Amino acid sequence: MKLRANLVIGGALFALAILVGLLAPWLAHTDPIMDANLMNAEEAPSWTWWFGTDGQGRDIYSRVVYGARVSLTVGIVSQLINSVIGVALGLSAGYWGGWWDDVVNALTNLMLAIPSLIFALAIMAVLGPGLTSLLIALGLTNWSFTCRIARASALSLRSQGYVQAATVLGYGDMRIMITQLLPNMLGPIVVIGTLGMGSAVLSEAALSFLGLGVRPPFPSWGSMLSEARDQITTAPWLSVFPGLAIFLTVLGLNLLGDGLRDILDPQSRSRRT
Amino acid sequence: MTGSPLIEVEDLRIDLNDGSRKVPAVESVSFRIDRGETFGLVGESGCGKSITALALIGLLRPPLSIGGGVIRFEGREIQHLSAAKQRALRGNRIAMIFQEPMTALNPVSPVGRQIAEMFVLHKGKSWREANQLAVDALASVRVPAPERRVKDYPHQLSGGMRQRVMIAIALACGPDLLIADEPTTALDVTVQAEIIELMRNLCAERRTAILMISHDLGLVANVCRRVAVMYAGRIVEERGSADIFRSPSHPYTQGLVASLPRLGSRAALGRTRLKEIAGVVPAIASFPDGCRFNPRCAQATDICRTTAPGTDLLGAGGLVRCHHHA
Repeated sequence: MKLRANLVIGGALFALAILVGLLAPWLAHTDPIMDANLMNAEEAPSWTWWFGTDGQGRDIYSRVVYGARVSLTVGIVSQLINSVIGVALGLSAGYWGGWWDDVVNALTNLMLAIPSLIFALAIMAVLGPGLTSLLIALGLTNWSFTCRIARASALSLRSQGYVQAATVLGYGDMRIMITQLLPNMLGPIVVIGTLGMGSAVLSEAALSFLGLGVRPPFPSWGSMLSEARDQITTAPWLSVFPGLAIFLTVLGLNLLGDGLRDILDPQSRSRRT
Repeated sequence: MTGSPLIEVEDLRIDLNDGSRKVPAVESVSFRIDRGETFGLVGESGCGKSITALALIGLLRPPLSIGGGVIRFEGREIQHLSAAKQRALRGNRIAMIFQEPMTALNPVSPVGRQIAEMFVLHKGKSWREANQLAVDALASVRVPAPERRVKDYPHQLSGGMRQRVMIAIALACGPDLLIADEPTTALDVTVQAEIIELMRNLCAERRTAILMISHDLGLVANVCRRVAVMYAGRIVEERGSADIFRSPSHPYTQGLVASLPRLGSRAALGRTRLKEIAGVVPAIASFPDGCRFNPRCAQATDICRTTAPGTDLLGAGGLVRCHHHA
């Protein structure tokens, strides 16, 4: 199989971001929180300070490196919550149909009608800022697309011969859903999940920018942007580097999602076999 | 006969609910299958043979429902059993194989796993044991190199191999009854013969009864000891399979037998037209009064148009439903 450019570049960017997050203690030059030194405040990027320093003299490079941990944790964990909720609701609704399907549809429409960031804001307002509430807020508000896809797949899969064969062979509903339907709809779910991770990273940045995400002084890319907005003309490196980190991670995830869609697409799959 | 039959259907009616009213799609269907016996159900598309099979395994779904009659399995009525109890019968005591081996296997799961799942599901085996049993099951349906084949995905197998896998799955738990719904229609003729032979031998070894459903009278008569012919939701004739060819009693059966091409006959050599039955099968909602075959029947008289014929006994356990039977 020919390797696709978007898959390779996207995968490499995402892998790089994860590696940076995992190896943060070894990659960082200084402690991102404690090593403030007003003697070298607002230094421009140089060989000593790769990405420059902020108003308290903290090394931006080290803060961006540690910020990867927050952004990726939020992106991956909240999207996993979304995928689990979306698949559970959509799969069962599509397979069982009836009143349960109506309920799930109504819920999905409700979620789609309210902009998810506004909904997440409301949840954050109730739970208060912090990483855990960020995960919960973003994990509960972005499952509607996954749900739609899972429901549509379940609807079309349930009339497949092997699903009916499983019924005839005495499989229970749960077993059919888990062994017959789920593996056959995994392709699109994974694609949606990857793309969703990208938007979760962006949402984290947005919520942290609004001061509802990770609390200072702990670094996250969004909160760094937020703190840097006053100095955007005098010290642009404060916003450029965290912004670049967000951009590259989201770009990587989107390319990865596209690439996965290309190889998991049932049509391209049947072409290969 | 061996005393009580394995499965007994008495006066079964299946209703089709078309919104405003219930129309009987299958009516007055009765038959019995003994342990280890082979029984065929023959008829055109839409005559009700497949939904009769679905009723046996408790899988009629709306708009279809059982409207009356009794289904007994080993003397026990099963049509009112709870969903869980019916599920425990399916696949375990009553198994089924389908027309389309291409689509009846899960494309993303290795075939060995799909066989093994039956042992886990119905026999409470561990996956380790089940995987070993799956290899044996594949070997029993004469798949070469079964220990390697269990890891194959369905798309790596040919149609005949897939149908063998289906048979292995269906017979995995040693069922008492195997329902085969057009099991070879999608296969090449040569493969068809192999599969039929395999199915027959395996079932004979295990004393598994076969209910074979097909539109192909020749095929069914070849496999089965007794054959029932269905027309428009009713069984019109039930005979030993040799008798049905030698002396078909019902005009519809006579038509079916006459429409089979035979090697060396004048029709097969192109010298005369193959006989056909005039007209088409009526739709369920517009079944005619009286005998349902009367609009297509050459022998129909007034009584056929008004009164549905009862069943008349023939010799050797045969039944026919016709006012004018030979």
